[in-house]
Amino acid sequence: MARRENPEINAGSMADIAFLLLIFFLVTTTMNVDSGVSKKLSEKPPPDYVPPVIKEKNIFEVNINRNNELLVEGERMNVKDLKDAAIAFIDNGGGEGKVENGVATGPCNYCQGQKDPKSSDHPNKAIISVQSDRLTEYGTYLKVQNELLRAYSELRNRLSLQKYKIPFPELEEAYKDDKENETLKKKVEDIKTSYPQIISDAEPTN
Amino acid sequence: MSKFRKKKKGMPAVNTAALPDIVFMLLFFFMVTTTMRETDLKIDAPRLPSATEVKKLEHKSLVSTIYVGKAKDPKYGNSYNRIQLNDKIGTAEDVPAFIINARSKVSEAEVPFMTTSIKADKESSVGTITDIRLKLRDVNALKISYSASKGSGN
Repeated sequence: MARRENPEINAGSMADIAFLLLIFFLVTTTMNVDSGVSKKLSEKPPPDYVPPVIKEKNIFEVNINRNNELLVEGERMNVKDLKDAAIAFIDNGGGEGKVENGVATGPCNYCQGQKDPKSSDHPNKAIISVQSDRLTEYGTYLKVQNELLRAYSELRNRLSLQKYKIPFPELEEAYKDDKENETLKKKVEDIKTSYPQIISDAEPTN
Repeated sequence: MSKFRKKKKGMPAVNTAALPDIVFMLLFFFMVTTTMRETDLKIDAPRLPSATEVKKLEHKSLVSTIYVGKAKDPKYGNSYNRIQLNDKIGTAEDVPAFIINARSKVSEAEVPFMTTSIKADKESSVGTITDIRLKLRDVNALKISYSASKGSGN
């Protein structure tokens, strides 16, 4: 008799329940940002392909054995020293560059290396060859790849700062945002061809 | 008069009836944007190596992932070199079929942009990765990405 109408259900805790669910989904959501070291494989050579003869001095040999130890140009090395060794090799600039589309690139005028005639001629001729054992750990292999890529990005960055007064990652970012921009494109291409990444994976030893 | 005075007493409570609506809206947003892992792993989640020179993989629909690591099922042994393609354990021999199958799902124009992401455990051996790589080269899937977490690299 005292109550005529149904009392309203208290909806105050509804928010709490919803919050609980919300927080659950917030926590379990993984924004799967997949990232990795990207690499472009070389195309399969035709069966009658004869590999070009490359001068010994233009090859930077990195060997990783099955105990994950590093042999660089015949000497044992620590992974942390690899980057600097690679930079010294790529940036040596001891001779003439290769002839591209009939145009000789000539000596490397942006290199700041030793100009040692016994080391690489030009960044576009410098080949880094990584040979690993089949039993080498993948982690070590990737670390080596990463160090070599770091060497290249450091050189590219240096050249970009010197030429265009902008760090290379920023330049690339700017180009990515504005794909139509021809001057940016030219700049990016210029840096990339100045220090092309030539890392070859030799067949692993058994 | 007394009735009138009663009404004026005390602050009226702020109406919170709309609060659940707001929260539910947020909830639905997160529910919708959450992506569940589409393939369940038959191998232990690979402990990815860390690297500094990592690039983000864009266009998820163009990425096919190959997992390499230790199989959960003990019948495959406990080496870190088992390969998982889609949702079953395979060998490097199955890689070309896997890639061709992935290609059939995208338009022809997008095929050159397809990337293969290799998610391998730190302790996998390079031999396994090389086998996969040779098979990928056979089917002309040349863009690969060695999955790694961004870190100090040391």
